Amino acid sequence: MNAIEIAASVRAGEVSAREVVEGYLATIDAGNGELNALLLVGEQAARAAADEVDAAVAAGNDPGPLAGVPVVLKDNLCQRGVVTTCGSRILEGWRPPYTATVVDAVTRAGGIPLGKANLDEFAMGSSTENSAFGPTRNPHDSTRVPGGSSGGSAACVAAKFAPLALGSDTGGSIRQPAALCGVVGVKPTYGRVSRYGLVAFASSLDQIGPFGASVTDAALLLDVISGHDRRDSTSIPETLTPVSPTLENGVAKLRVGVIDELTNGGGVALEVRAAVLAAAAALEAAGATIESVSLPSTQFGLSAYYMIAPAEASSNLARYDGVRYGLRVEGENLAAMNERTRDAGFGPEVKRRIMLGTYALSAGYYDAYYGRAQRVRTLITRDFNRVYEGCDVLLSPTSPTTAFKLGDRTADPMTMYQSDVCTIPTNLAGHPAMSVPWGTGADSMPVGVQILAPALAEATMFRVARVVEDAAP
Amino acid sequence: MSTKTQWMPVIGLEVHCELATNTKLFCSCANAFGAPPNTNICPVCLGLPGSLPVLNARAVEFSLRLAEALNFTVPDKSVFARKNYFYPDMPKDYQVTQFELPILQAGVIDVDGVTIGIERAHLEEDTGKSSHMGGGGRIHDAEYSLVDYNRAGVPLLEIVSRPDIRSAEQARGYVSELRAVLLAIGVSDVKMEEGSMRVDANISLRASEADEFGTKVEIKNMNSLRSLGRAIDHEIDRQAEALETGETIIQETRHWDENENRTSGMRSKEGSSDYRYFPEPDLVPVAPTAEQRAAVRDSLPELPARRRERLIEAWGITLPDARILVDVPGLADYAEAAVAALAGGAARDVVNLCTGDLLAYLNETGRTLAAIALDPAGLADLADLIGDGTLSRSLAQEVFAACVADGSSPRAVVAEKGLAQVSDTGELGTILDAVIAANADAVAQYHAGDDKERKKKRGFLMGEAMKASKGQGNPQLLNQLLDERLV
Repeated sequence: MNAIEIAASVRAGEVSAREVVEGYLATIDAGNGELNALLLVGEQAARAAADEVDAAVAAGNDPGPLAGVPVVLKDNLCQRGVVTTCGSRILEGWRPPYTATVVDAVTRAGGIPLGKANLDEFAMGSSTENSAFGPTRNPHDSTRVPGGSSGGSAACVAAKFAPLALGSDTGGSIRQPAALCGVVGVKPTYGRVSRYGLVAFASSLDQIGPFGASVTDAALLLDVISGHDRRDSTSIPETLTPVSPTLENGVAKLRVGVIDELTNGGGVALEVRAAVLAAAAALEAAGATIESVSLPSTQFGLSAYYMIAPAEASSNLARYDGVRYGLRVEGENLAAMNERTRDAGFGPEVKRRIMLGTYALSAGYYDAYYGRAQRVRTLITRDFNRVYEGCDVLLSPTSPTTAFKLGDRTADPMTMYQSDVCTIPTNLAGHPAMSVPWGTGADSMPVGVQILAPALAEATMFRVARVVEDAAP
Repeated sequence: MSTKTQWMPVIGLEVHCELATNTKLFCSCANAFGAPPNTNICPVCLGLPGSLPVLNARAVEFSLRLAEALNFTVPDKSVFARKNYFYPDMPKDYQVTQFELPILQAGVIDVDGVTIGIERAHLEEDTGKSSHMGGGGRIHDAEYSLVDYNRAGVPLLEIVSRPDIRSAEQARGYVSELRAVLLAIGVSDVKMEEGSMRVDANISLRASEADEFGTKVEIKNMNSLRSLGRAIDHEIDRQAEALETGETIIQETRHWDENENRTSGMRSKEGSSDYRYFPEPDLVPVAPTAEQRAAVRDSLPELPARRRERLIEAWGITLPDARILVDVPGLADYAEAAVAALAGGAARDVVNLCTGDLLAYLNETGRTLAAIALDPAGLADLADLIGDGTLSRSLAQEVFAACVADGSSPRAVVAEKGLAQVSDTGELGTILDAVIAANADAVAQYHAGDDKERKKKRGFLMGEAMKASKGQGNPQLLNQLLDERLV
């Protein structure tokens, strides 16, 4: 059953939330050993939450739109009293004393937090190989990566460990693993979903979003977690348009642009390009108009991103200093304790980005690096806004390739960074985008098509996604 | 040997003032001094992973009040920035402050008729407080350190003057006036001793007004106006001496040692840490609206300079007295309430009581005006009793002491203790006649003596008469009657 069906059945009293949870726990029990998609399974808490939902139904109360639906949380989302690792040794043993706004929203809607999903350390990576607790494997082929950094969340939905999952997307960390695992993944408009309780990687880019096996399921979860939160100053105060009510409105007369630079770029696999063009043709057949559009500034997106995100990360991750929580490695004085703790606690990719970011912000380099990257960011946003004057949505590949083999790209960070070339521009602009599966490549691995939309135009983006989903092979 | 007069000091002051908001700058924890360690804390001010700051609107409003008071420019938007450095009392290992775009720019303040420019004022969060245990109380030789995060996230306004100050006295005047303004507009309790107001001084010397600025030295750790003045004077002397002997002044931070009466080097600013400032991505720019500014403007109380002028004009008091009234929290309000309650007495007597007996009492007991037993109406009563001749100044002092102790009314104390001043010329004449009769020698010496001797004997006789009246004789009448009898 998909999430919509589960919620409907539980609300109607046709199936108990407890039965649903037991079913998924059994699947996890059988499969997680191989995939390593979940770092923690909260069996007892999930059963207790399911029993509460069942009690509410029995008492004639409506538990909400997610009634009895298990939801996996990326392990950078805080849940009171539950060990939160961010895939890092440095947070060893840390239990947050509070719960993230999105997790509260899920619970209030009757959803069941099921466990914490593996991720690249502090969400830095594109393959989930940077986790301190071992890589997650792709459910379609366990010799391949699930993508990242929300690889655990994507793999959970693909492996049916849960119908829904939450991830975070800083440069593609929801959409790219969704594409590589053959599920739907959504990065909402920056500020649509509260970041309160999401352990920060790069604050101006981070955004929480849903994974689902279908567009409709992803829409259900997005509508539950969207909304203003006064605890997040960057959350959008305006009333938001929900996406679920208009899902089936079709795409007649919508103007769809295919981004030339991202679709026809050098690194894009032929089968991926073919998928994007086929999806465009399907939309045209459904009544949309198609044109090719150029976003020249997107070619600088990757460089700008690798200045801005590490700069913010270098500051966000300073607090892991061994003083008050997490790992501490003693030293002969304070500075030595700080250094040894951070040396032992962080993995190589995190260290690389902290150094990169520290350098980019240094006196004398700020203007040339961070400052220039911010100007590129402005250009990219302008470029998008110009194109959106003539288009309602845009199409591009999500990932230039299908899922690669474990270890294939770990030797060269630059090759790994290229995995996010199509997704990063949207984060820089703060716009929404999502990945929808479109068949498989020659290697039988899933291919994803990316649908991009202007700020807060998620409802339109989802209408397009529904048509693409239905037309997909 | 010192030729220091040839050197002209150039002084700039950085004043950190804790804002008296109910809650901290970015969370809803109480902003309170003196709570048990680590009780006013939450995930936000502890900087726990995943927590986010939300700006306290009241801190912005307080900044806007200062803008109106000191004619600051308020930019359309100001931006918070992160100042990155590692220290355990700073939970996130960065401080949220303002860097390139502060909330207030280019203000001015009048200090004894001289206009001193203020470069900027910006909002920032305070750090926690470290206590280094064992050893000499410094981190290097401590056995262990304790951190209290109650202060972490307390709102500070850092007010940076232009290098317009030319002497220690002017520096004190600047801080004193700034303190009066902050107090008057109700944004801070500005207690230097408790650290709710902290002043750092940047000092350099140059040979003439036309020269470029010399190398500046920053002095920290002055915790009273007095020590600010002493530290600046000392630093001016130290630099002058160094320059005389051809030494180079190094740019550094020096620590004022109150007991040793000297400054000592803390750390050189050359090769100082790079704070890697960048805009705080977790907060949006501060953009005060015209309505907000208008509301603040309309509710701004009378400012100290204006109030001093008004009191001097209305009551005929001196500038020093007006300063005391305005500078001591609540004293001018108290005095104005008392003057309003006078029934025939003089404002002058109210002011004397306030700046004399009342202030001495507050200083001795450490009480605040809100906590004393004598209310303004009671003090007005006392002034009335002085005005109508019932009490002499010295009797009034005795009555004041009785009233302020238990809140009894001055008239009741006068009646109970029989303290009323004797102004009956018949009664006073009888007393004087008796004194003169009993001290015939002194009277004779008075008549025979020179001016000095006459003065002495006259004083003696007056004293005897006052003693005979049990201190209650009206001194003016006694003087007059004695003179008549000594002709």
